[in-house]
Order: sequence, then C-alpha cells, then structure tokens
Amino acid sequence: MSIFEAELKNGRFVIPECPKCQKVIWPPNESCTQCFGNTVWRTVNDPGILVEYSSKDGKMFCIAEFENSIRIMGALYCDKTPIIGQKIKISSCGFDKSPKFTFTQE
Amino acid sequence: MNKVAVVGYSDTKFSSDDIPIESSMFAAVKLLFEQTPNLAQNDIDAVLTSTNDNKKYLSPIVSEMSGITPKISHNVENLCNSGTNATVSAFSYIASGLADVALVVGAERFDSPGQVLQWDDSRGEFKHPIFWASMFTKAHKRKFGTTDEHLAYVSAKNHRNALDNPTAYSPKKYTVEEIMNSKKLTDDLRLLDCSRPCTGSSAILLASEKTAKKFTDIPVLISGIGQKTTSASFTKNDLTSIESTRLAAHDAFLMSKTSPEKIDVAEIHDAFTICELMVLEDLGFTQKGKAGQFVLDLYNTNNKKINPRGGLIGAGHPLGATGIAQISEITRQLQGKSGKKQTENPKIGLVQNMSAAATSSTVLILES
Repeated sequence: MSIFEAELKNGRFVIPECPKCQKVIWPPNESCTQCFGNTVWRTVNDPGILVEYSSKDGKMFCIAEFENSIRIMGALYCDKTPIIGQKIKISSCGFDKSPKFTFTQE
Repeated sequence: MNKVAVVGYSDTKFSSDDIPIESSMFAAVKLLFEQTPNLAQNDIDAVLTSTNDNKKYLSPIVSEMSGITPKISHNVENLCNSGTNATVSAFSYIASGLADVALVVGAERFDSPGQVLQWDDSRGEFKHPIFWASMFTKAHKRKFGTTDEHLAYVSAKNHRNALDNPTAYSPKKYTVEEIMNSKKLTDDLRLLDCSRPCTGSSAILLASEKTAKKFTDIPVLISGIGQKTTSASFTKNDLTSIESTRLAAHDAFLMSKTSPEKIDVAEIHDAFTICELMVLEDLGFTQKGKAGQFVLDLYNTNNKKINPRGGLIGAGHPLGATGIAQISEITRQLQGKSGKKQTENPKIGLVQNMSAAATSSTVLILES
C-alpha cells in the first residue's frame, strides 16, 4: 500500500510535493516527475472547486479540483443545485480497494 | 525509410463466445491465410499480437499454432488502442528494414481485464468508463449545447451501419427515440450510448512496398502515423477536447501531407456517443461544438463516411482487436471491396483509436 493509500485509510487526504522543484505531484507518487527526487507529504488545502458533475441512480459524483492542480473524483452531497466553479469541501475520505471521497458544498 | 502497405486482412464474428484468447487469435490468422493469395508461413518475418488478456507469450504461441517461425514476435498491450500500437510497431520493423512482412493479430474476450484502469487513483471509486464518459458528456453539453438527441443520432447511425457488417456484435436498427429511451445508466448516458465489450479477433498483413504486390493487386499504403499520450490519469483531461487525438492527428496529417477535408472515409473510436462527437471535432472534420449537426447530416443523407462498419457501438469493442478491425475496414474501403458498406470511390482513409479515457491516441492515414 502506498503512502497516499495508507493515509487515506486513516481518513487523511495527503498529497506529495517535491521540496526541490516546489511542485505538487499528481497523481500521487513518491518521486518527483521532474527531478526524480523524493517527495514529501502534506495535507491538501481545502476547499476546492467543483469542475463537473453528473449522477447515477440519484447519487451525484463529480470532479473536484484543489490547489489549481489536483483533480479527483468523488461523491457529491448537495442541499442546493451545484454550480460549476463553486467551492466544495472534503467531508470524508478513505480507502477500500480504491480511494473514496465525499464532497459537500461550502 | 521503406514504404509500408496493408496487403491482407481478416475479421472474425464479434460475439459473446467463451473461447480461449489464443484460439480466437488463431481463427483470425487462419482466415487471413485463406483470404490472402500467395501467402506462406515462411513469408512472415514478424508476428505481433495485441490484447489485454492476462495470458503470456501469446505471439510465440499463435506463431507455433500457425506454423510460423518469425524473427520478431511479441505482444503489445495499451488498453483500447493496443491494436493500432501493435500496427505502428510492425510498420516500424518494415520501414527500418528489420522485417519485410509482418502479421498483426489482435483479440479480446468479453471479460477482458482491460476494461477498467485500476491504477488511476484520480478516478477515486468511480473507475468504470461510464463515469469519465459522463463527465465528458455533461461538459460538452454545458459548453456547446449538445443534446441527448445529438448523441442518439451517433448511436442510430452506427447501429444502422452495422447492419451491413457481417461480423458486427450489435447489428440491430434502433430509432432515435428507442435510443433516448434505453436504460438510463447515469444522468448523461444511456445503454445505447455505449459500446460493449465482446469476444472477437482481427488480423492484418503488412508488407514493404516492394513485396506488397505478391499478395494483392491493390496494396493500401500507410502514409501517415501520429501517436500521442498526454497522461494515464483521466482527470488531467480537458473535458471538452481530446488533446491526445488532436496532437496525433496533427502529426499524421503532416507525415502524409494531407488534411481533414481530404479524408474520404474514417473509422473513429466511438467507445461512447460523446467520443465520436469530440473526435470528429478534434480531428478537424468539423468545428468545435458542431459535431452534433455534422452527424445528424450524415444520418439524414445515409452517408457512411464515418464508421462504415458501425464503429465500436455497432460492431462491438473487443479491445485488442478494435484498432486492427478499423484498419481492416479502411483497407477494404480503399480497395473498393467493402460490399454494402462501401463508400463512393474513397482514395484516402483515416483510423483513430484511443485508450484509457482518451489519454492516448493513435491516428493513421491510409491511401490507395
């Protein structure tokens, strides 16, 4: 299990960053895609924005973007009709065979 | 660089049959030998297989089953565009002089492990292709006003074209209304918006220009190749444009010294209805946002220029065979041998094949 997956299993969404290139690496990797140096892990800056959404069987799923670079799919729970570009926050995350995220409107 | 031509082809019936992958490949090879004049086993320098099946050492196995002892033999896997990737490898062997004649055979089973890219954590728990296709569809609707009816015409056209394809998996005519009322999978996709995985195999024979006439009077030259991989993860995509296809097409048109308006017939990768619209736009066949009307016009005039064999939606999508079946069809078209599917006197054809949420694309230009 990778660091990303192990941290998610404990409910923490962490992302890798290269200290030398000052670049966030996404999808998550333990090496920098530019200099191949080791990355360090930190929590993501929440909230993100809603990029796109749809639904299946009445349950919404979406792409959320964080820090202008990290895009990830998750479930979306909304009280109001979602608006593209609106702020959304992570309400839960975990890992069970694959990453699991739920987002809510801020 | 030696010029390379397609000089033979075969396609088996696409089905739900539960048969071993090597048997499926062998069936296409056997058919290719039956259909290609003057072809003997010792003519073949290279055998490339194309599949996402987990079985190992398939190229040597299929070679041995077919009595071929090639110089070069290996498998190529790149999810849904494995077939065109294998073809580009075979092209390179011949162009460089390492081989003179190459056999490319692709196959897949209905239960292929290549249907979902488990590696892509950016998809979260939404790993099945219907989720990325729904994102593409919703974003295209939002930006360009594309409607469910526009999407339904893609499916109606390709299913209708598949009626004339004897190897198609879904040769059934559907009305636009039936498609728009088919089972709803997501808010943006219905069952008949989707291609379906199936069992099937296709093979092509490539030869250098100097050897090509031994096997056919009408060799079809591969005059342009473009390939581009922009990422492996879906979420890096622009949701309304397929950058990998746009860049691959640019290179293929440059190499072949041709342009979109000169293409007479094309097989493109309609894994979902939205893919056909986006690909038509990114190949430069029509302006961005105009592909819905473009397809409607094709449908209303019964024009088979795009996906004459029915595309993936009508013909089925046995992943490793798909790109090879596309090349097989365009070759037949340029030879004037496509039967009821035949378009009017085509001279230049195009194949577009892509994989993993459109993150990697291959574009080939073929000329008679």
